[in-house]
Amino acid sequence: MTDVTASRPLSERTQLIRKNLRRRHMSETIFRALGLLAIIVALGFVALLFADILRKGVPAFTQSNLHLTATFDPEIIDVGPPPGRIAGQSEAEFRAASLKWQREVAMLNWNKVVEASLRALAPAGYEIAAKDLLTIPETDARHRLREMFVADPSLLGQTVKVDVLASANADNWIKGNIDRSLPDSQQQLKAPARALIDQFVSNGTISMGFAWSLLTNVDSRAAPASSGLLGALVGSLYMMLIVIVLAVPIGVAAAIYLEEFAPKSRLTDFIEVNINNLAAVPSIVFGLLGAAVFINYMHLPISAPLVGGLVLTLMTLPTIIIATRGALLGVSPALRQAALGMGASKTQMVFHHVLPVTFPSILTATIIGVAHALGETAPLLLIGMKAFVASVPATPLDQATALPVQIYLWQGNENRNFFESHTAAAIMVLLVLMIALNGIAIFLRSRLERRA
Amino acid sequence: MKIALYASVAALALAGLSTAAVAQSRDTIQVAGSSTVLPFASIVAEEFGAAFPEFKTPVVGSGGTGGGLKSFCEGVGDNTIDIANASRKIKDSEREVCTSNGVTDIREVQFGYDGIVFASATSGPDFALTPLQVYKAIAANVYVDGNLVPNPYKSWNEVDAALPAQPIALAVPASNHGTREVFQERVVAAGCEEAALPEGHPEDACTAYRQDVVIEISGDYTETLARLKSDPNTVGVFGLSFYEQNTDTLKVATVNGVVPTKESVAAGEYPVSRPLYFYVKGQHIGVVPGINEYVQFFLSEAISGEGGTLEAAGLIPQPADKSAEVLAAYEAGPTQ
Repeated sequence: MTDVTASRPLSERTQLIRKNLRRRHMSETIFRALGLLAIIVALGFVALLFADILRKGVPAFTQSNLHLTATFDPEIIDVGPPPGRIAGQSEAEFRAASLKWQREVAMLNWNKVVEASLRALAPAGYEIAAKDLLTIPETDARHRLREMFVADPSLLGQTVKVDVLASANADNWIKGNIDRSLPDSQQQLKAPARALIDQFVSNGTISMGFAWSLLTNVDSRAAPASSGLLGALVGSLYMMLIVIVLAVPIGVAAAIYLEEFAPKSRLTDFIEVNINNLAAVPSIVFGLLGAAVFINYMHLPISAPLVGGLVLTLMTLPTIIIATRGALLGVSPALRQAALGMGASKTQMVFHHVLPVTFPSILTATIIGVAHALGETAPLLLIGMKAFVASVPATPLDQATALPVQIYLWQGNENRNFFESHTAAAIMVLLVLMIALNGIAIFLRSRLERRA
Repeated sequence: MKIALYASVAALALAGLSTAAVAQSRDTIQVAGSSTVLPFASIVAEEFGAAFPEFKTPVVGSGGTGGGLKSFCEGVGDNTIDIANASRKIKDSEREVCTSNGVTDIREVQFGYDGIVFASATSGPDFALTPLQVYKAIAANVYVDGNLVPNPYKSWNEVDAALPAQPIALAVPASNHGTREVFQERVVAAGCEEAALPEGHPEDACTAYRQDVVIEISGDYTETLARLKSDPNTVGVFGLSFYEQNTDTLKVATVNGVVPTKESVAAGEYPVSRPLYFYVKGQHIGVVPGINEYVQFFLSEAISGEGGTLEAAGLIPQPADKSAEVLAAYEAGPTQ
C-alpha cells in the first residue's frame, strides 16, 4: 500500500494539505512549549521565593537558651515579706498593699542577680565589665527572675535553675548572622563577651532549642530575642472572627435577595454593577473609608481589631456576594421547578432546596475571602494598626496588631541581623496559615460536593 | 438555615455592642510619632508595663514627628493619641492647629539627645565631611566664579579634592521626619552660611536640594539602609542609635573631623545633634490612667539617665538636673 502511494505522483491538493498540516503541527508544538515554559517560569519564581524565605526564616525557629543558676540573694533582694491579709482589711486595701509591695520588688536591681549568676558560670577570675556581661542574656532575664520571686516569695535565699534567652546580639554571634571576622569596632558585642559566649556554647551553658517564644510571646523591643507573634496571631484571629460573623450572613443574604427575590430593574442592575466594582476597589481605599467612618465619625477605638475586622468585612463582602450569586445561578432549574411544583413557597424553595446545594461553593468563597483578608495589610496601616503593642488583646476592642502588620513592623526593626530572619519566620507562619485555610477549603469542597 | 438567622442576629448585636463600648473610656496610653524616638518609647512602654502592674502597657505607633503631631492635634478624646514623640520642637503652625482643635494643654518633655550621622557601605571609601561640602554637593544651584549655575558636581571629589572619587548620591529623610529639619538646619544651612553667598542671592538658595542626587526617604531608616545596599555609592543620613546597631554593614563619616559617638555628642563636640522630645496632652491626664506615672518613669535615672536602659539602646542621656527641671516644668502645667 505504501508503495502505491509513494509511486503515484502527489496531487497538488494533497501537497497543499501536507504543507498546511506541517504548519499547524508546528504551531501547536510551539504553543505547547510556550505553555510549558510559562508554567516552569512561574513555578521557578515560586520555588525561588519559598527557598529564599525558608533559607532566611528557618534559623529563626531555633534559639539560643542560657541555663542559669540564680541565687535569690537577700543582700540584693532587700524587700520585706509580701503583705498578708489582715483581718478587717477590705479587698481594695489588700490589693493596694500588694501592688505597693510588687512595685518595691520591681524597683530592685534584678540585673545584679543576673550578673552574679553569670559570674558564677564564667571561669574564675574572668575579666569582663558588668555592662558587657549583661549583653549576653536577653534584657528580660531580670523580669523572669522578678516574676518568679513575686509568684513565690519563699525563694528568697535559695538557688534555682532558670533558663533564660540569650540576647539577640549573642544569638547573632552564635548563628553567624554577623560576620565573625569583622574587627572589634564593627562588632555589636565586646571581645570578652564574645569569647565567653563561645565558652558557654562549648560547655553547654548555652544550648540551641526550638524557638517557642516566637509563637508564645508578644512583640518586644526591649528584649528583641523574646519577641513573638502571639499578640499578632490573636489580633488576626479576632479580625477573622468578625469577618466571618459579619460578612457571611450579610453577603449570603444579599446574594439570595438579589438573585432570587429582587425584581429585575435598572436599580438592581445598577447595584449589581456596583458590587462588581467594589470587588475591584484597591484595599487601601477601604482603609481610608474605615479611618473616616469608623474612627473619625463613629469614634471606635484606634488600632482595635474590631475596626480592622469591620474594614476587612467590607472588603470581603463583594467576593462572597459574587460567589454566592454565581452558585445560586448554577443550580438547575429542574430543582426549583420540582420544589415549586410540589407546592413549596418561594422562600421554602430557596432555603430548603437551592441553598443547601450551593453550600460547598459558599463555604469555599468564604474561606478564600477570609484567607485574603488575613493577608491584607494596607487598610490596617491606615486605621492605626501599625503601632507597637506589647500585650495580647483581651477583647476585640483592645489595641492589637495583625500578622501581616507584624511582618511589616519587624521588617523595619533597627536590629537588622536579628530581625531579618524573624521577619522571614513570621512570613512562614502567615503562609502556613494561608495554605491551611486553602487546604480546608479544598477538602470541604470535595467532601461536600461528593455528598450533594 | 436557622443558623444563618442566628448568625445575622449575633452580627447585629455585635455591631450594637461595639457602638456601646465606645462610651467606655480607654485605659491604655496611646503614643505615636517620630521613628527616631520609637525604639526608646517602645522600650519604656514595655518596662512601664512590667513595673506598674496596675496599668496596661502603652501602645506606641510611628508615622514620623510630623505625622505624630498631626494626629496629636486632631482633638481631645478617646480616639486621639495622648502622647506625640518628636525629634524636633513642635512648630508654631502645629500649635495653632492644636489650639483650633481644642488641644490647649500641651506639655513638652525633653528626655535626651540623638546624633545625626552620615554613613555609607563598609565596602566603600571613608568620608570626612564638612557642612560646606554637603551643602555644595546637594544645593540645587551653586555659585561658580560668581555666577549662579545649576549644580555641576557629579562626584564628591569635584566638590572637594579631599573627598573620594565617588558619584554623589545622598539619601535624606523626607519632610515628614524631624530628622530632616535638623539636617537642613545643622548641616545644609550651616554650610550655606559658610559658603558666604553674595548679596542678592535667591531666597531658596540654602533650602532647595537638587533632585538628581538627593533621594528622599519617607519610611524608616531600614528603607535608607536598603537604598545603600542596592546602590553602595549612596551615602545615607541616619540616627546615631540606628548606626550603632548596624556597625557591621555601615561605616560612619566624620563631620568637621569629629567621629560621632555617644561621648562626642554628649560633650557637644559633634555638630549635628538634637534633643529628643515627647509632647503630652494635658487634657488627657487623669482621664487616661497612668500618664503622669509614664512621664515620671520615662525621666527616671534607671530609664533615661546615665547607665539606664535607654542608654544601652543608643540614647544619649541628658544630665540628671536637666531631667529634674523638665519634670518640674511638666508638673507645673502647660508650656507656652
